[in-house]
Amino acid sequence: MYNEMSDLSVRVAKTDISSDAAEKLQYKIIVEQLDFFYGDIQALFDISMNIEQNRVTALIGPSGCGKSTFIRTLNRMNETIPGTRMEGKVLLDGCDIYQDFDDPSQIRTRVGMVFQKSNPFPKSVFENVAYGLRVNGIKDRNLIAEVVEESLKRAALWDEVKDKLDNSAFTFSGGQQQRLCIARALAIRPEVILMDEPASALDPISTAKIEDLIGELRQHYTIVIVTHNMQQAARVSDHTAFFYEGKLIEDGPTKEIFTRPKKKKTEDYITGRFG
Amino acid sequence: MKILQPTLPVGPVRVIDSLDFKPKSTGMIPRGLTLAAVLIILAMLAIIMGNIFIGGVGTISWEFLTHPPEQGMKAGGIFPAIFGTVALVILMVIAVIPVGVFTAIYLHEYTNPKSRVTRLIRVAINNLAGVPSIVFGLFGLGFFIGFVGGGLDAVFFPDDGPVWGQPAIIWAALTLALLTLPVVIVSTEEALRTIPTELKEASYALGGTKLQTIWRIIIPQGLPGILTGSILAISRGAGEVAPIMFTGAAYYLPYLPAKLNDQFMELGYHIYVMATQSPDVEATKPILYGTVLVLLALTFALNSVAILIRSRVRKKRANV
Ligand SMILES: Nc1ncnc2c1ncn2[C@@H]1O[C@H](COP(=O)(O)OP(=O)(O)OP(=O)(O)O)[C@@H](O)[C@H]1O
Ligand SMILES: [Mg+2]
Repeated sequence: MYNEMSDLSVRVAKTDISSDAAEKLQYKIIVEQLDFFYGDIQALFDISMNIEQNRVTALIGPSGCGKSTFIRTLNRMNETIPGTRMEGKVLLDGCDIYQDFDDPSQIRTRVGMVFQKSNPFPKSVFENVAYGLRVNGIKDRNLIAEVVEESLKRAALWDEVKDKLDNSAFTFSGGQQQRLCIARALAIRPEVILMDEPASALDPISTAKIEDLIGELRQHYTIVIVTHNMQQAARVSDHTAFFYEGKLIEDGPTKEIFTRPKKKKTEDYITGRFG
Repeated sequence: MKILQPTLPVGPVRVIDSLDFKPKSTGMIPRGLTLAAVLIILAMLAIIMGNIFIGGVGTISWEFLTHPPEQGMKAGGIFPAIFGTVALVILMVIAVIPVGVFTAIYLHEYTNPKSRVTRLIRVAINNLAGVPSIVFGLFGLGFFIGFVGGGLDAVFFPDDGPVWGQPAIIWAALTLALLTLPVVIVSTEEALRTIPTELKEASYALGGTKLQTIWRIIIPQGLPGILTGSILAISRGAGEVAPIMFTGAAYYLPYLPAKLNDQFMELGYHIYVMATQSPDVEATKPILYGTVLVLLALTFALNSVAILIRSRVRKKRANV
């Protein structure tokens, strides 16, 4: 995909420009009438939603309401589960990600993902971050080393690992491993980053680091984050969507959702009356 | 705190003051039984091994290991049979590992485990594991030699005598590979099941294709299990006589197999021949014992090599 240095710099420049012009409030992802089925069981019902560019969108809702299922439709990750079926459309910059791409791997280099449980490969720190470059056909060793360093810096991990790049990823703490997974996702220069409860298994300090990181990253990326933590959603996101029993109950600017929700269900949930 | 009352009528309830528990058995009887079973097995093993060792150790010599049989197998050594056995096992492993591993990967990564086709394939594999080895021998004769070999001859060597359409080490190795295929598939699948989904998803999420994920994550992660499969295949296949007696093993050969379509001598078959076909069974007895001992040692050695490789791989993976 990327063959030369110039290619990479073009990508960075592009994202910078769009962050300046973000006031125009373009929609990076548009979801239209999405239904999703695990076998015969329907998990998502008629979801339509717009995700703004260079903003953080939080998905909240009680356990089992379909947040993970929804976020995984945005990078075609659900396709890896046999027996699942999807209806509706997901548009990325106006392209239907299910129709306009031959292989789901093409979409996943543009829409990166960080999982709830940190899942580094049983490889060294360096190889973890380099993996995405290697599978996308980058062979230039200097370029790989550069991108690895830059990605680790962006994930605020460089200072902690710069002397231990050859150590196994498993020799680091849970919080460091999760930031490594973020660095790994950043290395392929995605435009969108999906995060499914990225901090739920972490201590408060690591969580704070990840939240700070999200604040940094939002200038360059469109971020969608699932969280169970209301304060976290309020702190990090610009836009919040509330899911309940597979339906999108309401979505809007985070401030409004948390201060003046339109629906009773949303209010009950964020005031802790259920869920 | 207000305690919730059951809203449904539960009917009259008997109040139970105490329960009459049976006194527990002290466990001596089950322990004695299981211990007895273990002792019986150990005794049997000791008798078999001891018998073979005592009977055979006197025969083992450098001469015996490095020379061909002489005087109608009453003298000389068993080198061609040792060579043939090692060659056969190596060819078998080369054939069975890729097919077994790819089958397991197909079943585990490409099919829905609940689908009818997958279940049918699984049933077929289990049935394959239950087929008696003599049936594999006959199948090898009919399919590999008659159909494949005969077909090759008809197309490429119509004017010569049989080139491929005759018993040969390649057909014997393929027949054994078929016999050992189920254990490789099962142990590989076992290994694939232990690979966390998260790891595969991580690869996909970084833009890895299915093929890249299989090459870079799944096969390296499954390698110990794949090697376990080859260990089991060697244990199962080495020394099997029935599958090779029609497909390539020779009674006596003055030369070593050098081409894939050569016949070969093999230890298990050599033992069978000496014990049943030799004109003077009594006179071949020491050699027979020696040969059995060598076969056991060789199987053990081949297994040890595979186990050694596996522990290397494990260690390398443990500290990346
Ligand atoms: N692999 C699967 N197979 C079948 N059903 C599934 C699968 N994954 C999720 N589901 C079902 O789909 C529904 C939505 O699940 P999902 O994981 O998307 O919820 P969630 O909002 O992410 O919950 P949580 O907050 O607990 O992570 C649930 O009812 C769940 O049981
Ligand atoms: Mg979830």
